[in-house]
Amino acid sequence: MSADTTTPAKVPPPRQAPPPGVPHAPRRKRTSRGTGVPWLLLAPCLLILALVMGYPLVRLVTLSFQSFGQSQLWGFKPAEWVGFDNFSGILGDGEFWGVVVRTIVFAAGSVIFTMVAGMALALLQQKVSGWLKTLINIVLVASWGMPVIVATTVFKWLFDTDYGVFNALLSKLPGVDMVGHNWFASGPQGLLVIMLLVVWGAVPFVVITLSAGLTQVPQELEEAARLDGAGAWGVFRYVTLPILKPIIVMLTTLSVIWDMGVFPQVFVMRGGHPEADFQLLSTYSYDRAFVVNDYGQGSAIALVTVVLLLGVVAVYMRQMLQIGEVE
Amino acid sequence: MSALTTDAPRKPTGGRRKSKVGWNLLGLLVFVVVGFPLYWMLDTAFKPAKDAIDPDPSLLPTGITLDNFRRALDIADFWGPVGRSLIVSLSVVVIGVIVGLLAALAISRFAFRGRKIVIVGILAVQMVPLVSMIIPVFLLLNDLDQYDKLSGLVITYLTFILPFTVWTLRGFIVNIPKELEEAAMVDGCSRTGAFIRVVFPLLAPGMVATSVYGFIQAWNEYLYALMLLSQEHQTATVWLGNFTTKHGTEYAPMMAGATMMAVPIVVLFLIVQRKMAAGLTAGAVKG
Repeated sequence: MSADTTTPAKVPPPRQAPPPGVPHAPRRKRTSRGTGVPWLLLAPCLLILALVMGYPLVRLVTLSFQSFGQSQLWGFKPAEWVGFDNFSGILGDGEFWGVVVRTIVFAAGSVIFTMVAGMALALLQQKVSGWLKTLINIVLVASWGMPVIVATTVFKWLFDTDYGVFNALLSKLPGVDMVGHNWFASGPQGLLVIMLLVVWGAVPFVVITLSAGLTQVPQELEEAARLDGAGAWGVFRYVTLPILKPIIVMLTTLSVIWDMGVFPQVFVMRGGHPEADFQLLSTYSYDRAFVVNDYGQGSAIALVTVVLLLGVVAVYMRQMLQIGEVE
Repeated sequence: MSALTTDAPRKPTGGRRKSKVGWNLLGLLVFVVVGFPLYWMLDTAFKPAKDAIDPDPSLLPTGITLDNFRRALDIADFWGPVGRSLIVSLSVVVIGVIVGLLAALAISRFAFRGRKIVIVGILAVQMVPLVSMIIPVFLLLNDLDQYDKLSGLVITYLTFILPFTVWTLRGFIVNIPKELEEAAMVDGCSRTGAFIRVVFPLLAPGMVATSVYGFIQAWNEYLYALMLLSQEHQTATVWLGNFTTKHGTEYAPMMAGATMMAVPIVVLFLIVQRKMAAGLTAGAVKG
């Protein structure tokens, strides 16, 4: 972690261990054995990751350049190289671009909603009484721990057309009649409900992580800012926010990656067959591969998703490595 | 955390108390809104089925019955999927923690060439969206004759459990001072001896928390379980997913099924969450 453990590695240490009893023995011992042992310890992990992550990743790339259908799956025909055909196929397809735009809008909406709500709740947690804070924490952690499938099922029930409690509650408002309203009749409304579900599941992690971060904001700094005449917003904007920035960057990038890959929520909510105006990149790629049996195009779509995310991943990694450096 | 609000001596007490009531009311609203889906799941599960299908449902419990649970167990085999989920999740966790601990030790306690690349690699793997890997993983397991086998699902789950386990355990290990190990070695312990006698006991709570967390993740996974196992070998999440696609959904038994799936997991999660949050964010803010 710190500089003093990494620098000795650059200078090759003496091969033989020093005789026992030498004052510096422990330190020398560590570095002298430091070449083979760590790789031995890493070997099982790296082997498993290479098999179930490395190989499929390579296969994903090669598949995107092949024509691979039912007959290739059963081994009747060898996979055929088709160059960029799969990509020109999907990029020339109007539906694909609709899906890309929908996915980005959906993910952006979910991330912004999650982060803003998460920040607001984390700040609120500091203002409320202790007992209420505990209660809110329990509910947050419980909803965080809910299996996605269970949460999806519950939301499906809450927003049911005929017996959903949400319609019943809305209809209690004066002048609103939502009895029998089908939230899933159109894509935008249905995806809004799904966004709510995603945000409900994602907010607890954000709140709890931000709350932990908020406890580390030095109180003297806030007080100093207040003495200098900063209002509540000023303190937040110029003291709290900059200190929380590493956590916020980490949470935002993670949320982007998660929300771009939303799958079970849409899939289960639509009974395993999302309609055209519910398709996101994840379900669209799945459909191409396992419903249309065009594994080549399905892979190409998945690859496009990964490439779209690379920039976000880079930001996340930089942040995580900086955190590692500090330690 | 509360010190921030109670110690600030800047407003007269009366005004502060009034504003606290305002914040508490807002907090209560948040509590109700966030908790409502959970409440409604439990409420529907224990309600008589005829009260559940009411266009204007009563918000308070109308009576307690276990009929919905009986019905949920009748509709489809429940214990088979649960047993399979248990086997898969436990295998994943045991392998993941052993293999992950070795790797975490390597990157946190040794200085070696290529260490940074390994760390970057493990972090990067964690970032690949699982959904996009489903096609090649499906084909790989097909080739290895592991399709529709629990062992196939186990190795697949390791892809997301392992990087997470390594990274979290690393966080726990770096928080154990090296001096403790060094002191043990000065006192005549071997490196392995120092690890087993000194580091391991300190690491144990973190390992338990990581295992439980990994178990929950494996238990909750849906997409791969759906794709890599046939109907007759389905796991618990897929069991519940099936429920929703059945023609003319019976919502009350479905909520009973959801309750059976969620309650043990949520309880486990409530127990380990505090420990995990500490491990996940350790060192994330350093001023």
